[in-house]
Amino acid sequence: MGKRVAVCAVEQTGFFTNLWQKRFQEMAFDIVEPIIRKTGVTFDMATGIRNIITCSDDVFDARTISDNAMTDAVGAHYRGEEKVTMDGINAIGYGLACVLSGHDDIILIVGHCKESQSESRDMVTNLAFDPFYYRPLGLDFKNVAALQARAYMNKSGVTDEHLAKVVVNSRKNAALNPAANARELLTEEQVLKSPMTCDPIRLLHEYPVSDGAVAMLLVCEERASEFTDKPVWISGFANCMDSYFLGDKDLVGNFSLKKAAERAYRKAGVKNPAEEFDLVEVNDCFAYQTPMWLEGLGLCGEGKGSALIDGGGLKTCNVNKSGGMLAGNPLMIGGLARAAEAVIQLRGEAGDRQVEGAKKALAHGTTGAAGQFHSVLVLDSE
Amino acid sequence: MARQKLRQKDDKHEHCYIRDGKLALPYQYFAGRVGSRFLIALRDKKQILGVKCEKCNRVFVPPRQRCERCMEDLSDSWVELSDTGELTNYTVVNYEDKHLPRKPPYILAMIKLGGADTPLPHILEGIEPGKVELGMKVKAVFADETTNTILDVDHFEPV
Ligand SMILES: [Zn+2]
Repeated sequence: MGKRVAVCAVEQTGFFTNLWQKRFQEMAFDIVEPIIRKTGVTFDMATGIRNIITCSDDVFDARTISDNAMTDAVGAHYRGEEKVTMDGINAIGYGLACVLSGHDDIILIVGHCKESQSESRDMVTNLAFDPFYYRPLGLDFKNVAALQARAYMNKSGVTDEHLAKVVVNSRKNAALNPAANARELLTEEQVLKSPMTCDPIRLLHEYPVSDGAVAMLLVCEERASEFTDKPVWISGFANCMDSYFLGDKDLVGNFSLKKAAERAYRKAGVKNPAEEFDLVEVNDCFAYQTPMWLEGLGLCGEGKGSALIDGGGLKTCNVNKSGGMLAGNPLMIGGLARAAEAVIQLRGEAGDRQVEGAKKALAHGTTGAAGQFHSVLVLDSE
Repeated sequence: MARQKLRQKDDKHEHCYIRDGKLALPYQYFAGRVGSRFLIALRDKKQILGVKCEKCNRVFVPPRQRCERCMEDLSDSWVELSDTGELTNYTVVNYEDKHLPRKPPYILAMIKLGGADTPLPHILEGIEPGKVELGMKVKAVFADETTNTILDVDHFEPV
């Protein structure tokens, strides 16, 4: 086994539908400060943080190279700083490389997004498409997800009723997570009666517009004990990209997710994903994605997403104890927030939603339209 | 232009003002050599072209210079596609927004044109949303005025 990297601290702002009274820089500082306070880490160039990885999106921030505007808030003044403009879970993979290559002992990761600042997040995601063929048709991450939802439901037998169960489960879990945005309990009937915004996607199948930030401290194995007595180890990370043009890919094939999972599991020595994880956090922007991503991750058989929901598997497999993305994280840090929950659980600090004795967790992130890009992270407490 | 005012969203937060702004930037997009040929054929001949990768035996639309699977150069492997095709997927867009090409409700469909292997998203008109069926045959209706985009096909409708 090679050297290891530990997550030694994690902080999140909590997630809200409209944090209008916070600049994004302040959101970042709000979580960097407690990391410094709780771990005693410094920005000393010899012994402290020399390099910071941020995650944000220029269009959501309405500023070109928006990380340039927050160097002070993340301690990057006169230090190294790079920005990941994909889901922030990839900043963990990046930080892992910085440490394992021997360039850094300590990496601070700070991801943020304020979806509420734009008039419409669907307009922001429309800009993700090319200007000649897809963007003029009004494609955005919601209506493209609706196409994927229909294809997946046709293939898997997941029904509107199953999706209602997914949302109800998310809210039940979120109610116990003080950081979650959408924490009001819902009944299946309420979900089934919510308006069809883009069929088969209903309003309550969509993650709510959300603002928030997540920070993490990664440290090399030799020095982890300087900052925590509860390190969480990164045992596998991988990601994989699928086609940009929607029509080029098999919408229900989960190709890139399977590839990412396969590589992360191999590195982490996970042989039977359906049995080995104490908890699983999947980046579900829309309700159909919970079972679909679980299938792709090999946590249930191909086409068995509906059976997993029927059999109470969301509960027994401890899927999205945080409430998941469905309970409200902004785009860009949905996967990073999944990783944050996994770390909190493995540290035994999840309060009322704690999975007792949790030792091994899976966190998943996705970026782009209809799951173009997937990232898989395996974490261990030992 | 009217002067933008700072405004307070509520009186619970002291010294918290916001200003309404707008991201707007005139821009020019190069269509690429392959994209340019596609768009000119669409505009001037009402032809929908695809590109074929002989190695992968796949016809792609929208066209692109290189096959993403094998990186073969596809810039001279044009295939004329049919202006009719089969509906492979759809959703009824039922929300309103500035980037959407129609007022809701309207149908966004995936259409596999005759001769293509990859379905193309487009707007479907001329049918009630409740009557749409996967596999139905649809035909391109060309726009009267060009926008030099895929909207030179105004929409598709049932054959
Ligand atoms: Zn090819």
